[in-house]
Amino acid sequence: MANKGWDEFEIGAMLRTFEGKIDDIAGTLQENRAYSQNSSFVASVADWRIIKPVFNKDFCIDCQFCWVYCPDISIISRDKKMIGIDMDHCKGCGICVEVCPTNPKSLMMFPEKADEETELAAWPAKNEEKK
Amino acid sequence: MSENKNIKNLKEFSTSADRFEGANLLCPGCAHSIIVREVLNATNDDLILSASTGCLEVCTAVYPYTSWDASWIHIGFENGSTAVAGAESMYKALKTKGRLKQPDRNPKFVSFAGDGASYDIGFQWISGCMERGHNIMHVVLDNEVYANTGGQRSSSTPIGSSATTSPEGRRSYGEKKNKKDMVSIMASHNIPYSAQVAPNKWKDMVKKIQHGFSVDGPVFINAVSPCTTEWKFDPKDTMHLADLATDSLVFPLYEIIDGHELNITYRPKTVVPVEEYLAAQGRFKHLFKDEYKHLIKEWQERVDAKWAQLNRREEARV
Ligand SMILES: Cc1ncc(C[n+]2csc(CCOP(=O)(O)OP(=O)(O)O)c2C)c(N)n1
Ligand code: SF4
Ligand code: SF4
Ligand code: SF4
Ligand SMILES: [Mg+2]
Repeated sequence: MANKGWDEFEIGAMLRTFEGKIDDIAGTLQENRAYSQNSSFVASVADWRIIKPVFNKDFCIDCQFCWVYCPDISIISRDKKMIGIDMDHCKGCGICVEVCPTNPKSLMMFPEKADEETELAAWPAKNEEKK
Repeated sequence: MSENKNIKNLKEFSTSADRFEGANLLCPGCAHSIIVREVLNATNDDLILSASTGCLEVCTAVYPYTSWDASWIHIGFENGSTAVAGAESMYKALKTKGRLKQPDRNPKFVSFAGDGASYDIGFQWISGCMERGHNIMHVVLDNEVYANTGGQRSSSTPIGSSATTSPEGRRSYGEKKNKKDMVSIMASHNIPYSAQVAPNKWKDMVKKIQHGFSVDGPVFINAVSPCTTEWKFDPKDTMHLADLATDSLVFPLYEIIDGHELNITYRPKTVVPVEEYLAAQGRFKHLFKDEYKHLIKEWQERVDAKWAQLNRREEARV
């Protein structure tokens, strides 16, 4: 649907989230959805971030705490495995890092401009002092 | 009634396909969306939703975008509950007349609203919905303040909290009136289910939401929603604040079935002093000045008294 100005919008009009008909939305993962230009999914808030999470899968136990507590649907979990972060929608709040229970953490925050490969190579080792 | 979705553990829950989208404009670390996700992901059924004016509504329906993958209505501040109740009435009427195109689908009707929209401005609308017996669920995103308009006090704002209309200062310790007990008020409508939930206890939340979806009649849910902007804490600490809220018993988790059967659904292994909960938030910072310290003691006494009362009610089944 072509975007209209707010004052061209007829009363009772609807924004359609998807192109065409969708029967089983609760059973269709995001990558298989035909989003329309009116879903905020097609937008990005990446420029809100000043810090960003980096995921190190070597230590991840797929507990899914990060998935359930991410406010921005930015932890991508598929088939019960945490597979990565949706950097278009992540706002860099840092909740996922706080709730990650592994030692060392499987998620850590870095400045937005940090290089992911470098940070992964310098990932801290297990902290013995921690409970 | 349709079958409840089977969610035994968090791994299973994580296979849910979210129907709430990112790039909404809620603050980083906002608990509103964590709560919404847990509620929506508790079912696979169709959803008919409304949101009353407030952070959730304003930030998820910014033209030309919507963050909702379900039918979603917004009318005003006060009438999100009646909007969804109207849709539910129409649905019932069409079903009775045999005019539904897909009669075997079991849509769930949910109204989301802030504490301002629920405790104050939409109060009579919600009460009407409860009294008329609509098959809807009203979920309060309780951040104890009118967050979207800059932090004015509501009747959910607790004693001692500094709000823009009840600020702390030389002559005041902030809000002076106690928080309204909405779970009890709503239960007193003799509705089938009324409960308090918290996003950190996702399993308790899912269980209560599913219970709410399975009963016939109105359901009231009060969800504590730590607000990084108005409670003044670092966005990364939202879940920590929720943990402090439930484990200090400032937000006890319980349910009231059919208006009288009260069950406490979470008993913290170690109860955290209320002082720790208050100390973690800028809105209570002034309470730690010498002249206001007695208020912290009073806070603890209030929380203890409420907890004792809940325990007595649970035991007495009244
Ligand atoms: C009838 C009416 N009065 C006032 C407003 C202005 N207003 C918009 S959002 C809002 C605050 C909402 O507070 P709450 O319901 O607690 O939701 P929150 O933003 O805290 O999530 C107010 C006062 C309005 N939109 N309509
Ligand atoms: S930083 Fe916040 S928004 Fe980004 S993935 Fe982690 S929890 Fe989600
Ligand atoms: S919280 Fe940590 S360990 Fe758990 S799934 Fe997320 S990254 Fe992996
Ligand atoms: S002000 Fe509070 S409730 Fe509103 S979007 Fe920000 S964190 Fe969420
Ligand atoms: Mg509020």
